Amino acid sequence: MTNENGRFGIHGGQYVPEILMNAVNELEEAYNHYKNDPEFQRELTTLFNEYANRPSLLYYAEKMTKDLGGAKIYLKREDLNHTGAHKINNVLGQALLAKKMGKTRLIAETGAGQHGVASATAAALMGMECVVFMGEEDTIRQALNVYRMRLLGATVVPVKSGTATLKDAVSEAMNEWTNRIEDTHYCLGSVMGPHPFPTIVRDFQAVISKEIKEQILAKEGRLPDAVLACVGGGSNAIGAFYHFIEDEGVRLIGCEAAGRGIDTFETAATVNTGRVGIFHGMKSYFCQDEYGQIAPVYSISAGLDYPGVGPEHAHLYDIGRAEYVPVTDDEAVDAFEYLAKTEGIIPAIESAHAVAYAKKLAPTMGKDQIIVVNLSGRGDKDCAAIARYRGEDIHE
Amino acid sequence: MNKLKTAFDHGKAAVTFLTCGDPDLDTTAAAIRTAVENGADLIELGIPFSDPTAEGAVIQEASLRALKNGVTTDRVFDFVRELREDVTVPMVFVTYANVVYSYGAERFLSSCRDVGVDGLILPDLPYEEKEEFLSVCRRYDVALISTVTLVSAKRIPMIAKEAEGFLYVLANGGGSRTADEAHAALGQVMKTVREYTDIPCAVDFAYASPEQAARFAALADGVIASSDAVKLLAEHGSAAPAYIGDYVRSLKNGISV
Repeated sequence: MTNENGRFGIHGGQYVPEILMNAVNELEEAYNHYKNDPEFQRELTTLFNEYANRPSLLYYAEKMTKDLGGAKIYLKREDLNHTGAHKINNVLGQALLAKKMGKTRLIAETGAGQHGVASATAAALMGMECVVFMGEEDTIRQALNVYRMRLLGATVVPVKSGTATLKDAVSEAMNEWTNRIEDTHYCLGSVMGPHPFPTIVRDFQAVISKEIKEQILAKEGRLPDAVLACVGGGSNAIGAFYHFIEDEGVRLIGCEAAGRGIDTFETAATVNTGRVGIFHGMKSYFCQDEYGQIAPVYSISAGLDYPGVGPEHAHLYDIGRAEYVPVTDDEAVDAFEYLAKTEGIIPAIESAHAVAYAKKLAPTMGKDQIIVVNLSGRGDKDCAAIARYRGEDIHE
Repeated sequence: MNKLKTAFDHGKAAVTFLTCGDPDLDTTAAAIRTAVENGADLIELGIPFSDPTAEGAVIQEASLRALKNGVTTDRVFDFVRELREDVTVPMVFVTYANVVYSYGAERFLSSCRDVGVDGLILPDLPYEEKEEFLSVCRRYDVALISTVTLVSAKRIPMIAKEAEGFLYVLANGGGSRTADEAHAALGQVMKTVREYTDIPCAVDFAYASPEQAARFAALADGVIASSDAVKLLAEHGSAAPAYIGDYVRSLKNGISV
């Protein structure tokens, strides 16, 4: 899907300061070498299978299917991965790559904290130093994950600038990379930022759709009719979509965080409300005002609370290959509780956005049709926040 | 004929950066006039951006102060048009690619020519991505300024060869260095640069004193004080122009010896 300059249609590119160009070029060169290196791929597969608990289950959600009375619903259980989310797939790949490149220090941004925890985990495993940048607002929303990162030996830097959320954490991590390139790899957590990150992260996450395809063919002997995933930057979604892009019969549906609704300013639904722009190293869709000032977005989910979307998603939208639908806070919280009660699975509030759309979509489809929902993470981290949302104050 | 090069006609050039509208447009106008009266040869005027990812805290905060005060791209153009009635020193805009892209490159650069802005610096637009903006800049005779850094290494020849207006030489960042180390690294960079271009070069460094600025200026054609005036604005607000005048005077005197 990528051309040589890291473009996906008009999107993507490398809009970074000159001071970072050698770093991104060095990364691209190293990646192009190692992605075709059987030894690297073998090591990564071993890490996936022996450490991260891959392949993850493709679970038939029978009760949910019966309750909704339409399409058959399968859940891709990325929540069962080590560290509790899909983020580990990318992080193990990048940490291994960084190590091969001779880097001794990983820096990362994090929103909900899942990517930060995954980065801290990989750093601990591989004996690297780790510094995680996290919006101060998010360190409060996700206090448990802050503690987990520290426990794993990482330093967590609360970012106070701007809206003190994911976008500011990305800016701060990029800035830190500018100051210290020699020994440091910036382990970007989503399919965003300057080339080659959208491609690297996509490739490491594509294991999700590779497995879904094998598993659904084994279970059902056919491809699904729709694959659903939540989209912030879009890494779990592109991972779940990638090996189905050429299969025109499979609908690819990204579920964006609409916050309080796409007709309000308190939303993070980038494709639904944004315009094409240039930010954080890439051309893509961004929530912005008429002068191109990046909008202070909002979602109950810290992991989807980002004003942009990965360039490959922007392209899939432009060419009509994938659909992007808005899901509100209310709908996501309902789905969070629904899945817990119906299937005994507590999803991450991010993933609950995809579950919410499955609840709407399944009844409109036939019983002979199949939906796969990518359950990108587990929801333990969200329990206190959801309790608060429901007016209950619990102490973690 | 683009008049940017004339900024380097009066000895080593003193380049001053100000964020437009920090803390308000009247203060920015007063600061620019005072800077020019005290020897500033080139003004870099920042159009505030919500997320100036390549900047440190000083300029980030200035940008947010300006935006909070309602500064927009349209108001910046009006401001420069008015300023140009008496201020003739070369001026360049510094902003982020999205500000120009969102306004429309064509509309943005034709407005630059109309109000008399001579160049454009986009910190998040590297050599590889410049084409999209360069063709429009050329059409309106606005120089798209290129940057080299102390870690640009083998990228310097291609950047220097195609540089227009003046070359922005960033001597901060890319690792921690003492002033002496940065000075030595700058010497190496300038040696390579000079093999590929004869356009003026201005050096951006966190100068500790006019004497230090003079040492760096000796290696190039001018110095860029990218955050000093902004710091004075953060400290003194609308009373800052007098301090900025003193600062620019001592800088210009320092590099002129």
